[in-house]
Amino acid sequence: MGLLVDGLKQAFLLLIHWDRQTMKIASLSLLVSGSATLISLLLGIPLGTFLGLKHFRGKRFVASLVNTGMGAPPVVIGLVVTIFLWRSGPLGILHILYTPAAMIIAQVIIAFPLVAGFTMAAVQQLDPKLRLQIMALGASQTQMIWLILREARLPLLAAIMAGFGAVISEVGASMMVGGNITNQTRVMTTAIVGEDSKGNFSLAIALSILLMIIVYLVNLLLTWVQQRSRNA
Amino acid sequence: MTNRSVVTTNVSASNLTNVYGGRTVLDIPSLEVKSGEVMAVIGPNGSGKTTLLFDLALLTTPATGTISYSNVPVKTGYQALQVRRRTATVFQEPLLLAASVYENVMQGLKLRHVADNEAKQRTLKWLDRFGVSALVKRAPRTLSGGEAKRVSLARAFALEPEVLFLDEPFTALDSPTRQTLLEDFDSVLRETKITTVIVTHDRNEALVIAQRVAVLINGKLHQLGTPQQVFNYPVDEEVAEFVEAGNILPGTVMVQDRGLALIKTDKKEIEAVSNLPAGTGVIVCLRYEDVTLMLPGQSSGITSARNRFIGKVVKTFPLGAQVRVTVDAGFPVVSLITLRSWEEMGLAAGSEVVVTFKASSIHLIQHK
Repeated sequence: MGLLVDGLKQAFLLLIHWDRQTMKIASLSLLVSGSATLISLLLGIPLGTFLGLKHFRGKRFVASLVNTGMGAPPVVIGLVVTIFLWRSGPLGILHILYTPAAMIIAQVIIAFPLVAGFTMAAVQQLDPKLRLQIMALGASQTQMIWLILREARLPLLAAIMAGFGAVISEVGASMMVGGNITNQTRVMTTAIVGEDSKGNFSLAIALSILLMIIVYLVNLLLTWVQQRSRNA
Repeated sequence: MTNRSVVTTNVSASNLTNVYGGRTVLDIPSLEVKSGEVMAVIGPNGSGKTTLLFDLALLTTPATGTISYSNVPVKTGYQALQVRRRTATVFQEPLLLAASVYENVMQGLKLRHVADNEAKQRTLKWLDRFGVSALVKRAPRTLSGGEAKRVSLARAFALEPEVLFLDEPFTALDSPTRQTLLEDFDSVLRETKITTVIVTHDRNEALVIAQRVAVLINGKLHQLGTPQQVFNYPVDEEVAEFVEAGNILPGTVMVQDRGLALIKTDKKEIEAVSNLPAGTGVIVCLRYEDVTLMLPGQSSGITSARNRFIGKVVKTFPLGAQVRVTVDAGFPVVSLITLRSWEEMGLAAGSEVVVTFKASSIHLIQHK
């Protein structure tokens, strides 16, 4: 019990004093996971929309790959990315292993199937005739897709939350491809693991609380946008 | 107010086929919707009505064939989009977007690059015309079925289309809502003179609205004519069955005498006005309301009705103000009589009645 109280006390002090080290870790977390989420949206929404709207040979197979990707363990993705970026690996010449760039790559691979899968489901749950109705109103192909995504905006925001939630809380891949290097690749989750293994529970608790606050604030914002558009 | 002259556009299809899963679901060698006419497409479920409508509206691509607007064949891609922007389609469901009623009606106008001021004017005008201008700010999910349908009709008319397509627009509505909306819709159609194709399975709808009726069965066009022609003189058994031409009996012409044919059916002989020669196989069509019932005691005296049979009531079935009476007169015959006649005659299963009908009220279909 004393551990917990001490931890909470120190966490409070760290947050109050806006501890530089802690804030650096937090901002790197946001930078890496934010970028990864953004890239995942750019890749996942078009793919999910395509899968949701088009019929083609092999669609089920591609959809099953996306669905599998939604549940892929981050450590496996971390391992694969590490091998690719390893000095002697296929992408070794990039020299980005143990950098934030490597972490972003790994997190994109974790998040984009989630975004694609949720987008596909969001588009498919719309009345198939809605597409014809939008075409009948005079929409070109591009305008039709835009309006379909606008119709699916509530579940699409869920896709963003799922993608961001997965990468901000992920630890295995970040540890493997980032290396948890102080001031360079240490993010909140890897720092919590590191402090925990050193027995430095108070810092671990402080970081945990900060992580929860960030996740809460981001989702609060997205929920606000989502529910506001519901009432439109 | 916009007061543009009516642009006349006809729509035609030639060699049109649609194939689903290897099965041909639509096969129309040729069909023309004349400019300014209202054509109803009727037929049983799964007969290809909606497929035909979507092909004509350039919303789906047929397996083969050409769709022409104003006698110009429409190519796919950008040209199809340009032509589609001269049409409007109303679906069975209102299919409103998740935006306000006002924005819903504005959406199509925006997509067609109609100037903002005119778009606003048209939106308000047509919402008002369909009696839903009070709902402009409402979200579609808060509307009743009838209100949503009115908004979807306003949305279509605001586009001021040259051709209007409707896919069973009134089906999902309750009866009173449907009746008032049908009246509003009919008066708007008469005003605007837009070339219109309406898919329906309700023959009253077709009778009220359409100048011509196309009967589609199993993907094939069986008959195309005025509502009177189609409903009174179906060209074949399938059409007769679908339009409920009434009593249907197979038979053969035995004697032909100066335009009066004596037809032998399974058990009885029936006289009908027809020039078909003896030996012709026919289907006898007799509308329920053309069959008169009398009690045996009252039926003395000569009538002009050529056909007269004694029978027994098998069952009676009230249908609002009318009663459907099935009689066994050696062959099954159904008569539709008023509720009052039914009460006065005291008809019930087992009652003896005299069945009469005129030779001229029979429509004969030559049997293939």
